[in-house]
Amino acid sequence: MNWHSTNEFFAMGGYGLYVWGSYAAAAALMLLEPWLAQRRHRQALQDAASAHRSES
Amino acid sequence: MTATTAPLRLFTFAAPSRFYALIGALVPWCWAATVLLTLAGLYVGFFVAPTDATQGEAYRIIFIHVPAAWMSMLLYVVMAAWAGIGWAFNARLASMLARAIAPTGAMFTFLALWTGSFWGKPAWGTWWVWDARLTTELLLLFLYFGYIALVNAIDDVRRADQAGALLALVGSVNVPVIYFSVKWWNTLHQGATISMTAAPKMAATMLTAMLLLTLAFWAYAFAVIFTRTRAVVIEREAHTAWVGELTQGKSGS
Repeated sequence: MNWHSTNEFFAMGGYGLYVWGSYAAAAALMLLEPWLAQRRHRQALQDAASAHRSES
Repeated sequence: MTATTAPLRLFTFAAPSRFYALIGALVPWCWAATVLLTLAGLYVGFFVAPTDATQGEAYRIIFIHVPAAWMSMLLYVVMAAWAGIGWAFNARLASMLARAIAPTGAMFTFLALWTGSFWGKPAWGTWWVWDARLTTELLLLFLYFGYIALVNAIDDVRRADQAGALLALVGSVNVPVIYFSVKWWNTLHQGATISMTAAPKMAATMLTAMLLLTLAFWAYAFAVIFTRTRAVVIEREAHTAWVGELTQGKSGS
């Protein structure tokens, strides 16, 4: 086992800022991006629905 | 649009309506693969791979940095290819796909630069240096932004697709430059650890974690890009009958 305690794990041998700064950025972007894409899809469906409603 | 009972032909899924349905079915599987591969990769990366002899724990950034960098280059080439196909064959869906790829490609490029910077500070003592590898990767980010800005700036959709395709194709020259930069120039960024012709110069467990996360990022890219493609298809095909039927009775879901 690499880590003898959770503190050790979060400290990352003193490099915690750099390692977790990297992983946090990845997590933030890779959660935000799909949410935005899904939102765009939903919006597109709504816009298309109202466009068709106003035509008929 | 329901699936047809006609036999599958080579260009069956070149129709936006059919592609829309196909990728809609695939997206959940892509997410499942993403989650499993990410968990596996992170487990190996943090609990199996040992500490690095020279860099200590800081090297663990590699498990994000290299996969993100690889995806940034791969997605650009794929985007340019689809844009080119859309231009050459007047294939609307190919152009739509190129537009859907760009933001994800830009995201991975930014992530590669960010994680690289956060790794550079402890490893080299600096957040940034204008060496060939870093500079060409930054150029890649600008090319993604340029493509997105260009296709959104031109009102005529077909002309926008064509202009975007030209930019994407010309810019793809940058990708092999990024790849070979560490060989062609004297760079601070280290040279290739992994090659097609020689054994990898890194520990097996580290390589495993890196490859697992590469596959995870690839599955993620499919999931997000397919979701965005569905949005683009609806936006572009909003006035068609099939979209009308699809959205009948739906106020958005």
